[in-house]
Amino acid sequence: MSKLINWFSEGRSSGKYTLPFVILLLAVTVLASAANLLLPQDSALYVSTYSITLLGKYLCYAMLALAVDIIWGYCGILSLGHGAFFALGGYAMGMYLMRQIGDRGVYGHPILPDFMVFLDWQELPWFWHGMDQFWFAMIMAVLVPGLLAFVFGWLAFRSRVTGVYLSIMTQALTYALLLAFFRNEMGFGGNNGLTDFKEILGFDLQADSTRVSLFIITAILLAVVLMLSQRILSSRLGKVTLAVRDAEARTRFIGYRTERYKVWLFVYSAVIAGVAGALYVPQVGIINPGEFSPINSIEVVIWVAVGGRGTLIGAIIGALLVNYAKTRFTAIMPDGWLFALGALFVLVTLFLPKGLIGLYGQLKSKRQPASSQEVTS
Amino acid sequence: MSAFDNSIQGLRETFRRDQVWPFLAPEQAAKVDVSNQMILYVEGLNLSFDGFKALNDLNLYVNDGELRCLIGANGAGKTTLMDVITGKSKPDAGSVFFGQTHNLLTKDEADIAQLGIGRKFQKPTVFEEQTVFDNLELSLKTDKRVLPTLFACLSPTEVDRIDEVLSIIGLKQQRFMKAGALSHGQKQWLEIGMLLVSDPRLLLIDEPVAGMTAQETERTAELLTSLAGERTVIVVEHDMEFVRSIARTVTVLHQGSVLAEGTMDQIQSNKDVIEVYLGEEAAEV
Repeated sequence: MSKLINWFSEGRSSGKYTLPFVILLLAVTVLASAANLLLPQDSALYVSTYSITLLGKYLCYAMLALAVDIIWGYCGILSLGHGAFFALGGYAMGMYLMRQIGDRGVYGHPILPDFMVFLDWQELPWFWHGMDQFWFAMIMAVLVPGLLAFVFGWLAFRSRVTGVYLSIMTQALTYALLLAFFRNEMGFGGNNGLTDFKEILGFDLQADSTRVSLFIITAILLAVVLMLSQRILSSRLGKVTLAVRDAEARTRFIGYRTERYKVWLFVYSAVIAGVAGALYVPQVGIINPGEFSPINSIEVVIWVAVGGRGTLIGAIIGALLVNYAKTRFTAIMPDGWLFALGALFVLVTLFLPKGLIGLYGQLKSKRQPASSQEVTS
Repeated sequence: MSAFDNSIQGLRETFRRDQVWPFLAPEQAAKVDVSNQMILYVEGLNLSFDGFKALNDLNLYVNDGELRCLIGANGAGKTTLMDVITGKSKPDAGSVFFGQTHNLLTKDEADIAQLGIGRKFQKPTVFEEQTVFDNLELSLKTDKRVLPTLFACLSPTEVDRIDEVLSIIGLKQQRFMKAGALSHGQKQWLEIGMLLVSDPRLLLIDEPVAGMTAQETERTAELLTSLAGERTVIVVEHDMEFVRSIARTVTVLHQGSVLAEGTMDQIQSNKDVIEVYLGEEAAEV
């Protein structure tokens, strides 16, 4: 145990911004939650439940961005299919929420969800069994993305598929899942997906307190994932990861089995994406095959690029900013968003190759020599 | 004896308590059997790329503790030979043995590296985004599986070892500098340091002095000669001056096979070598 504590405390030295960032994140979370629950609705500082849910959604996206950054920014694997792991985690949570509806559905069937009654199915498909248990559904939310990532990664990395070919394959993976989940025969609600959720663990999903709790849980898990990832990436394993990114052949000739490192990092990243998806669904209230859409996964990559890849905090900030901009922009000019996103990506690639965090570092290093000169002169 | 007795006997044999089942036995530490004073056996190696014979029935034997130089024109197969030894390419035919027991053709790059074969590339390849110290830490001879690496901590002995290598390669001042910021010659040295710190039995060094100043070249020569004896060193080099300064035995490759082998003087007076290097007229004169 003390060894474990040592292991964690050692990591704090390398990511010196991680702890302040986590404190800031949690402080904002607590303030926003308090402003929602304790202040009267007509107060100037009141935070609406809509905003709380929106913030919770952003934090889920931030977690997804973190997952992509771990493998893209640190290991050089550009995954354009991480939305698939996110959606799989979401579906696991959605299945649980679906079973929680019980006989309160439109058709009032005690066991079968509405869409199955509608399709005239007589009994629950085998993979829906056990999903009425919260713990089982949560294990699935982690296990299914992890397993898929393991099988995919093992096949791809062992065959030494890299670069753009791998990106195309991840894109194909998420597209194949999109098509599969669209089919009614799959048993996941087809086109409409899973929705009309009532409650989670007995708490009403529409209640303010449930929404705030989900928001707080998301923030805490994001903080935990951030610190754990920071620690992992500052261990020697993190150094090997960077080595694989920069000179994979060299790493192999030193004696590391690089494909194993890549597979496990890919699995870790997929699991985080799955957790993010599972947190996302109860807050948004719906999961449908649209989440598998390749566009979504590409958008995640843009968030990371904007924030600064290879910096975990950058990925989070990028996701928050771009999604806030999206919310604003789509309200003003819905059709223009994709153009704005494309322009953003081009501009960031051209002028901010290291993203906003890189820009911050540049400004700081520019100011510092100037100030030190002043001191000497 | 009945069949039953036989099977009982077999069962007893299987469960004898004075032996360990092979699959449970701890894997033999990578011990290299050099009882015949020979560390590397390369025999009958053939490898062709799209009809071009990169290696053509190549035979090479290297003694334990030797410093061997490989020379040859471009396309003679020097780098391809290194690729085969380190597991990067698989030959069409032939055998490569490390010591008498390790068949290198059945192993992958990571296995071969852990057996104690280190390789320096032609173009210096270091991890540019990481510090000099980290570069050396990654190359240490340690357990390189995923989980042990996650929980690895540097032991004092390992830190000492890194310090020792840092002073050998003369990068003590630059230890916390990013490797990408080093000069070309320093990167070459760092890469040699990465080999040293992993404590290899056999070093394959591809063009160590390319881009070095005369002074750096001299120091490299000193370093390589001091390594030989305890370790075996194979150097590929174009710089004849440098080869002359370090080599005891030189092997000349030509079109994928060995053209000549011997001391530098023997090589220089060898008719075949002169013919290949200087053209036919020179040989006739």
